[in-house]
Amino acid sequence: MRVGVVTFPGSLDDGDARRALGLAGAEPVALWHGDVRLSAVDAVVLPGGFSYGDYLRCGAIARFAPVMERVIERAREGMPVLGICNGFQILCESHLLPGALVRNDHRKFVCRDQALRVESNTTAWTTAYAEGQEIVIPLKNGEGGFVADDPTLDRLEGEGQVVVRYLGSNPNGSYRDIAGIANEVGNVVGLMPHPEHAVEALTGPSTDGVGFFTSVIAGLVSA
Amino acid sequence: MSGHIDTVKQAETTPEAEQPFRELGLRDDEYARIRGILGRRPTSAELAMYSVMWSEHCSYKSSKVHLRQFADVVAKGTAGSDAMLVGIGENAGVVDVGQGWAVTFKVESHNHPSYVEPYQGAATGVGGIVRDIMSMGARPVAVMDQLRFGPADAPDTHRVLPGVVAGVGGYGNCLGLPNIGGEVVFDPSYAGNPLVNALCVGVMRAEDIKLAHASGSGNLVVLFGARTGGDGIGGVSVLASETFDDDKPTKRPSVQVGDPFMEKVLIECCLEVFAADLVVGIQDLGGAGLSCATSELASNGDGGMHVWLDRVPLRDMSLRPEEILMSESQERMCAVVTPDRLDAFLEICARWEVTATVIGEVNDSRRLTVEWHGDLIADVPPRTVAHEGPVYERPMVRPEWQDGLQADDPSRLARPTTTEQLRDTVLRMVAAPNLASKSWVTDQYDRYVLGNTVLAQPEDAGVVRIDPATGLGVALATDGNGRYGKLDPYAGAQLALSEAYRNVAVSGARPLALTDCLNFGSPEDPAVMWQFAEATRGLADACRELGVPVTGGNVSFYNQTGDQAINPTPVVGVLGVIDDVTRRVPMGFAAEGDTVLLLGTTRDELGGSEWAHHVHGHLGGRPPQVDLAAERALAELLVEAAARGLVRAAHDLSDGGLAQGLSEMVLRHDVGVTVTLGEVTGDAFTALFSESAARVVVAVAPERLDDFRAAATAAGIPVTALGRTGGDALVVDGVFRVGVGELRAAHDATLPALFA
Repeated sequence: MRVGVVTFPGSLDDGDARRALGLAGAEPVALWHGDVRLSAVDAVVLPGGFSYGDYLRCGAIARFAPVMERVIERAREGMPVLGICNGFQILCESHLLPGALVRNDHRKFVCRDQALRVESNTTAWTTAYAEGQEIVIPLKNGEGGFVADDPTLDRLEGEGQVVVRYLGSNPNGSYRDIAGIANEVGNVVGLMPHPEHAVEALTGPSTDGVGFFTSVIAGLVSA
Repeated sequence: MSGHIDTVKQAETTPEAEQPFRELGLRDDEYARIRGILGRRPTSAELAMYSVMWSEHCSYKSSKVHLRQFADVVAKGTAGSDAMLVGIGENAGVVDVGQGWAVTFKVESHNHPSYVEPYQGAATGVGGIVRDIMSMGARPVAVMDQLRFGPADAPDTHRVLPGVVAGVGGYGNCLGLPNIGGEVVFDPSYAGNPLVNALCVGVMRAEDIKLAHASGSGNLVVLFGARTGGDGIGGVSVLASETFDDDKPTKRPSVQVGDPFMEKVLIECCLEVFAADLVVGIQDLGGAGLSCATSELASNGDGGMHVWLDRVPLRDMSLRPEEILMSESQERMCAVVTPDRLDAFLEICARWEVTATVIGEVNDSRRLTVEWHGDLIADVPPRTVAHEGPVYERPMVRPEWQDGLQADDPSRLARPTTTEQLRDTVLRMVAAPNLASKSWVTDQYDRYVLGNTVLAQPEDAGVVRIDPATGLGVALATDGNGRYGKLDPYAGAQLALSEAYRNVAVSGARPLALTDCLNFGSPEDPAVMWQFAEATRGLADACRELGVPVTGGNVSFYNQTGDQAINPTPVVGVLGVIDDVTRRVPMGFAAEGDTVLLLGTTRDELGGSEWAHHVHGHLGGRPPQVDLAAERALAELLVEAAARGLVRAAHDLSDGGLAQGLSEMVLRHDVGVTVTLGEVTGDAFTALFSESAARVVVAVAPERLDDFRAAATAAGIPVTALGRTGGDALVVDGVFRVGVGELRAAHDATLPALFA
């Protein structure tokens, strides 16, 4: 099971995503932003960070990286893609997911252990969880406020595309406490919190993040 | 000579030309000495180089004679110094942590820029220390920041603090380096002189250490990273305005502007270059920019160097050569590369889209020569620029107010006596700006990135795993108490070291070495110089006693407003090693029914205490007694206990005393505790708020109690039984009870109320 992790200039959590995939039992494959072809991978993770410095709009430049052309194409064909934090922003910029991420409503970067509720366990990345399961994983971002217009939000809620929701106080002003969403098919998931930082009891607040990675492996095995 | 470039030839033919050396900060005798070295007047470019390299910041001219004590500690083979692979004088010290791993770490100040422009000052402070660590050949793995501001409710603190915190976070978060700890301290003495210190730690294989040496005639000097602009030029603009008319802007920002994305790319680029073994020597560009990098590389090497200055890629084409030499544009590095490896080097830079340019060549001339479009504009012996600057034995006088200050003992201050007063004081103290929760600050820093953070703030020490295969890790803690320093600079420095040393040991790591950032007022004030001499002497003596050498650091003078100097504030960062990070000891109570013990001796010591400061606005008397033998024995016990898994939690007692220590242990995981104070010391107030050193509170699981007590007895550590964990309150038997919720509300509310 080969899962690619794209490194853009300015990616920060790429190594952590590879480690998490390895711990979950996949073979992590490092992908480079300039690659015009995807090595034979079965799924792709777009990691956290500040791609190209995020000086324009988060993810706005990364979306045009050569590797993204193939990622977008394969995602439309059904390949599982997970965008974490900056990766979520890139997925929105790529229009693989609706909505956008804007600056936190309190205008500050926030890093904390975040309680979440898994709202959908039918996506490629969340089958390991029970619906309604409460988990704690790190959240760290400056521009994590999820926004979309009301019809889009209603559709996301109605179609079960809200994947994870913030519990307790909303950390960044996301509409309807939305922490992560999926596309209609459920192969593409984006979320602001970092499951790859909750895979070892020694270094994370929990091991609740492992499920994202074991889910995709299980799905690929059975497919 | 307006509009023209001042060349060596011109300097020879116009020996009497007026030069603005005073405006550049050089004294008459220093200028005369430069003329003596060169046998002629310096060119503008040479004057720029000497003035900036002979500045206090670069030359350590006032501190050098005192800093030698630190090297002596190592030279005398103090226990611990054999772990030191690289010592003072390089970009950062390097320590052998075993299993073939080496760790480099250093703390540095960026105080003045952070006052002028808080965000960029703090951001580039982080950037600078990270490049110091990279230039040793290491991968940076974590940062910490030590911040000191004026009173928490002062208007200027509200201007400076949010910007500094955002700058530390904005830069560090974007670099992908976890921020694992630090300090936030408020004191009136820092009003107008905030202290922004930053520490970085990096890891490498011991055989991969790189040094800032330019060796090998014919080797190439490559400048890589950001283009050079006009930032950070500061004083050198007087040269530009002297020699230029009014057709260009002469006022340039003297605070550098940071680009963390560039630095992140530079880190990855450097790591690939190191892995491929493509450099002979490497140097970062920080203070004094190219002047510093080229002269230090050449001076540390075995020959000379020629630089084609016009090849330096510029962001601002109007820069004059002397400005290019002094520019402090960020995110630049200088490497020495053999010609046969140049292509491979440039290829890696191209992959990371990092601009790289050959700007010079190593030769055997023993001179540093700089050329500008065919003209020779500098021709100097590099050692005279980089290493043989002036050295001063500044006059020192013990201030006449010192005796009065020490005589003004806190014993005259009203103490709480009733149980109600004691309870109120506990709540008031946990909410004091210096003792309140710092999460409003630290939640703006990424502590998770890189996935190796085992402990981070508010824990006593930051602990990072450096080898996932074996579990080898390092611990770092920094401390400094300016109030203690003011009362007694010798003891104050020793207490700063004692506390950082203790904090490392508490987490289960064996203290190995230290770095220091010595923040003081003006060295031209004999009272300040006396404080500095006392502090360095105290630190050197304590290093010898504790067996931890100084590996490097930084001196920051001139932290004063008018004739009012800051409290003498040596910030000490101690590095420790822990062979198995799963054995680390966290600070919080984590289970019900553990026995809580106080280790060490409590005396009536409230001089310089947080209680005297916060409740009475008082600073006087003597700081707590220093007992290095007790610190050492305590550390050995804690390290042994951690390795054997004897303690569940351990927390150092310092600012705020036992009341603060217990509160923090309760609040970490909302596990309460019930204690009795009868056997601690005479009265409840002293037991709760004294700041006696060499003390730690531990929580021990019932089945480990006998083993732990036996180990403590063997180590000769006094043990006082305090009580047992459990419940949902901090209970001092017979005195008061504070529910966890009330305690948390008091502890958490202060900083958000002030700054949100």
